[in-house]
Amino acid sequence: MKKTQDKHYISRSESSDIAKQNRITIKELTKRNASYTRDDYVTQMKDPKNIVEFENLHTYFYTDNGVVKAVNGVTFEIPEGATVGIVGESGCGKSITSMSLMRLIQAPAGQIVDGSIRFRSNVRTQIGKEPIMEEQTDEQGNPVFVVAKDKLGRTRYRKIYEEHEEVLDIAKLPMSEMSHIRGREISMIFQEPMTSLNPVFTIGDQLDEVSLLHINGISKEQAKARSIEMLQLVGIAMAEHVYKSYPHELSGGMRQRVMIAMSLICNPKLIIADEPTTALDVTIQAQILDLLREVKHKISGSIMLITHDLGVIAEMVDYVVVMYAGRIVEKGTVEEIFKNPLHPYTVGLQRSKPVVGNDVDRLYNIDGNVPNPINMPKTCYFKNRCERVCDKCKGDFPEMVQVSPTHFVACYLYNGKEKN
Amino acid sequence: MSDLIKTNELESTTVSQEHLLQITNLRKYFQINKPFLKKNRVFLKAVDGVSFNLDAGKTVGIVGESGCGKTTMGRTILRLYDVTDGQILFNGMDITKLKGEALRKVRPQFQMIFQDPYSSLSPRLPVGEIIGEAVRVHSIVPKSEYKDYVIDIMRKCGLQPHFFGRYPHEFSGGQRQRICIAKALALKPKMVICDEPVSALDVSIQAQIINLFKDLQAQDNLAYVFISHDLSVVEHISDQVGVMYLGNMVEFADKKDLFANPMHPYTQALLSAVPVPDPDVKMNRIILHGDIPSPANPPKGCKFHTRCSKCMDICAEVEPEFKDYGNGHCVACHLYSQGENNNK
Repeated sequence: MKKTQDKHYISRSESSDIAKQNRITIKELTKRNASYTRDDYVTQMKDPKNIVEFENLHTYFYTDNGVVKAVNGVTFEIPEGATVGIVGESGCGKSITSMSLMRLIQAPAGQIVDGSIRFRSNVRTQIGKEPIMEEQTDEQGNPVFVVAKDKLGRTRYRKIYEEHEEVLDIAKLPMSEMSHIRGREISMIFQEPMTSLNPVFTIGDQLDEVSLLHINGISKEQAKARSIEMLQLVGIAMAEHVYKSYPHELSGGMRQRVMIAMSLICNPKLIIADEPTTALDVTIQAQILDLLREVKHKISGSIMLITHDLGVIAEMVDYVVVMYAGRIVEKGTVEEIFKNPLHPYTVGLQRSKPVVGNDVDRLYNIDGNVPNPINMPKTCYFKNRCERVCDKCKGDFPEMVQVSPTHFVACYLYNGKEKN
Repeated sequence: MSDLIKTNELESTTVSQEHLLQITNLRKYFQINKPFLKKNRVFLKAVDGVSFNLDAGKTVGIVGESGCGKTTMGRTILRLYDVTDGQILFNGMDITKLKGEALRKVRPQFQMIFQDPYSSLSPRLPVGEIIGEAVRVHSIVPKSEYKDYVIDIMRKCGLQPHFFGRYPHEFSGGQRQRICIAKALALKPKMVICDEPVSALDVSIQAQIINLFKDLQAQDNLAYVFISHDLSVVEHISDQVGVMYLGNMVEFADKKDLFANPMHPYTQALLSAVPVPDPDVKMNRIILHGDIPSPANPPKGCKFHTRCSKCMDICAEVEPEFKDYGNGHCVACHLYSQGENNNK
């Protein structure tokens, strides 16, 4: 075969071979996913205090240039009521981790290949139905309850559900089940509020849709009342006015508030905030972070915060997960990560960020670039950019070493230093 | 007001040799409607009276929220837009009204680096051509030395010579930004306007590019106008910092002065809003309520008074003057001008 100078170059025949192989793999995976039964996806939590546990998650993208291992063996957990931050540069797989949790990975190219995501879910099962009662006033002006009718005069019914807690493995859950979890139990705030709101519907329409879909037997008036209540909760002064406006009429900060309001409608257990402030100005960012913290207390849920800004992480979160090229290189509490960073990448990341009030002559910089995600080496991914590289680093990707009860690092420098 | 401009002009002509770039009362308005009658015209005042000086080999950082006119100001200085009012003196030469060939002659001396390295490079040209095109057009070097010169510039910016024939899509964001920098530097400019050059890059790459900017400045005695919304980056790279709000410069001072002693309430809020990567630091945050008003319909008086925590009665009526309060620390705020009046 003709060798070109460029090692990333792929000839047409090579590419078609890869595509062929991919089709076979994807077919197998789809078949496997369809074969999962209820016994496969109902599991148990390792620690009942956690709300989500990721274990050895692998999410791959089968492209014509090769397999991109976007998430390659990620293990961490989100405790109840805590805020967990995921930091990393672009392309390190932090967004894909959150999208795997929501099962929003674009199939067929993107597939969850291995691992499990355990989530403590309130499963609803329908046990019957009852007519909806509406409050009306009679001639004397006293409130009376009447059976609600629709436009054609038929009685409206409400489904009666029984809720019980069950641990589900989201990685194996059929897509039809996911719609009960998305928006109701886990909701997501996206980076770009302009692209994630629908430009042809009013804010009100889009907010009402969530309650009408997920809250059982809610009427349109109640849905509107709830939407306006949520808009007020996120600090929008003219909630009625915003309810009737279209997304383009609002500023970036207001749109992001609307997104947060939308995510709060069903009192979710977990809010995923994927770079919620990256597209915003500093002063608006301060407002939004303040709001997120407030909201978390009000709904007593957990937040999974994805960002590349270490400042935001230090301010907002309890636990930090540092990712590099699809793997976790270090995780621990926020004090451990900022006071005692162990992995050379974490150290470099912190030192390369200029800090207001801390004048240095020259910024520390990590040389080189993030490696090509296709055909990753078996060794530590950070090896070529690391300044503390040693002989051991030629071996396989280092295992996670436990340094303290909550602090883990994947680096050979700390092998043998673990506390038992 | 007109007297003030005149005195400023007089000053500028006498001391013009000192500064590389002198901007006096720069204004750029955009007409946003097309009425039948001329008197009904509505203008968006993107840049509304900005003045500052820049010395050779120094950096002025411009910070502000989106929509405050920092990019428009940068582009107006380069004469990419026509100037509505005010004066731009570059190297002692008035370039405000230059046109055609005369403008083309001075253009190589000031260059621009754009925010997004993904959209500011032509996908159809190889890197060597992107960098070298302007070199050829402006005949910076003789034809025989052309390729060596381009490769030399590339090496200076941390690009390997064998990238010469490659296309932009083959490069990562950091490398593309290096290509943009090489493109600007190839013309041997005296001043470079950097419009958010590191905002689209990752943290570890940001540090590389900022260091490159500093190295090049030391080598070639370049002057930068560094536009950014990231205060920590601006603090690192600048000698002087200007803070803009809705088209106005609200504060301009030496870097150390501004960060140690911010005078304008907006600057104070902006500084307190920057997240610090240290979990122990609990900031006394000044949270600004509401959004930045529309520049097409700015508030009367001080433009910041709708969001200001120290707003007084006078703020809604009278526009504060941009004055020097010692050490070149200029602020436009009634808080300080009132104190002065009381002292008198």
